Amino acid sequence: MGANSVEFGFFLFFAVVAVASALVVVIARSPVHSALALMVSLVQVAALFILLGSPFLAVIQIFVYVGAVMVLFLFVIMMLDVRKAARVRFLRGRTVPTLVVLVLLGAEMLILLLGSERFPTSAAGGEGAFGTGTLKELSTTLFTDYLFPFEVTSVILLVALVGAIVLARSKAD
Amino acid sequence: MVPLSLYLALGAALFIIGVAGVLLRRNVLIVLMSLELMLNSVNVNLVAFSSYLGDFRGQIVAIFVIAITASEVAIALGILVALMRNKATLDVVDVTIMKG
Repeated sequence: MGANSVEFGFFLFFAVVAVASALVVVIARSPVHSALALMVSLVQVAALFILLGSPFLAVIQIFVYVGAVMVLFLFVIMMLDVRKAARVRFLRGRTVPTLVVLVLLGAEMLILLLGSERFPTSAAGGEGAFGTGTLKELSTTLFTDYLFPFEVTSVILLVALVGAIVLARSKAD
Repeated sequence: MVPLSLYLALGAALFIIGVAGVLLRRNVLIVLMSLELMLNSVNVNLVAFSSYLGDFRGQIVAIFVIAITASEVAIALGILVALMRNKATLDVVDVTIMKG
């Protein structure tokens, strides 16, 4: 019971910090503050991945999201002049319909998720039909069963690379 | 053991916050960050189901989601830089060039 409550405490801590920093992302006026709060939220989600027994994905999350994507965001924020944007008021125009839709969507999701009896309450923990998900099994499956999506992803990444260079290049070249 | 529905509730909460950011904020950068938040909440759901159902293929889908997100951010920020060069605004309302 001790290990369970420790795990639950860790989950609660990570989840609360993730949700709070996600709120800061939306509420903060400055894009720099938003980016830093998003970084905190992504690190918490990586910690939750470790809690869920997938450390490889946590490492990928830290590398790609926190390492690459957020640095890209911060570079662009520093390149652009955000001082004018920082003065923009948080809520403008009619926000009541949006808020109503958001509350309805959230209530529906929470009622469906927390009220359902069909979700398993404990982890299968390697008793499933597909192994324990070690790095070896993960990579073997990725390069055999999922080879075609993997190649398509690599082509998409190449296209994104070339497209970003073409888009960001100045017209003078 | 933490019940699966709590992980799904966390994913739903992050998703709702992301949708709120996309719908309420006018700053393009913050809209993009809220998009990241939404994609990340989907990853939480995928990994939670993969762990609780004992099927690690959910992690593979999450890896694909992360890769596609990285390329999406690269393209989106490239478009943003090109946009700022032509029209110095970060407000999504001012960017209605493609509207008919």
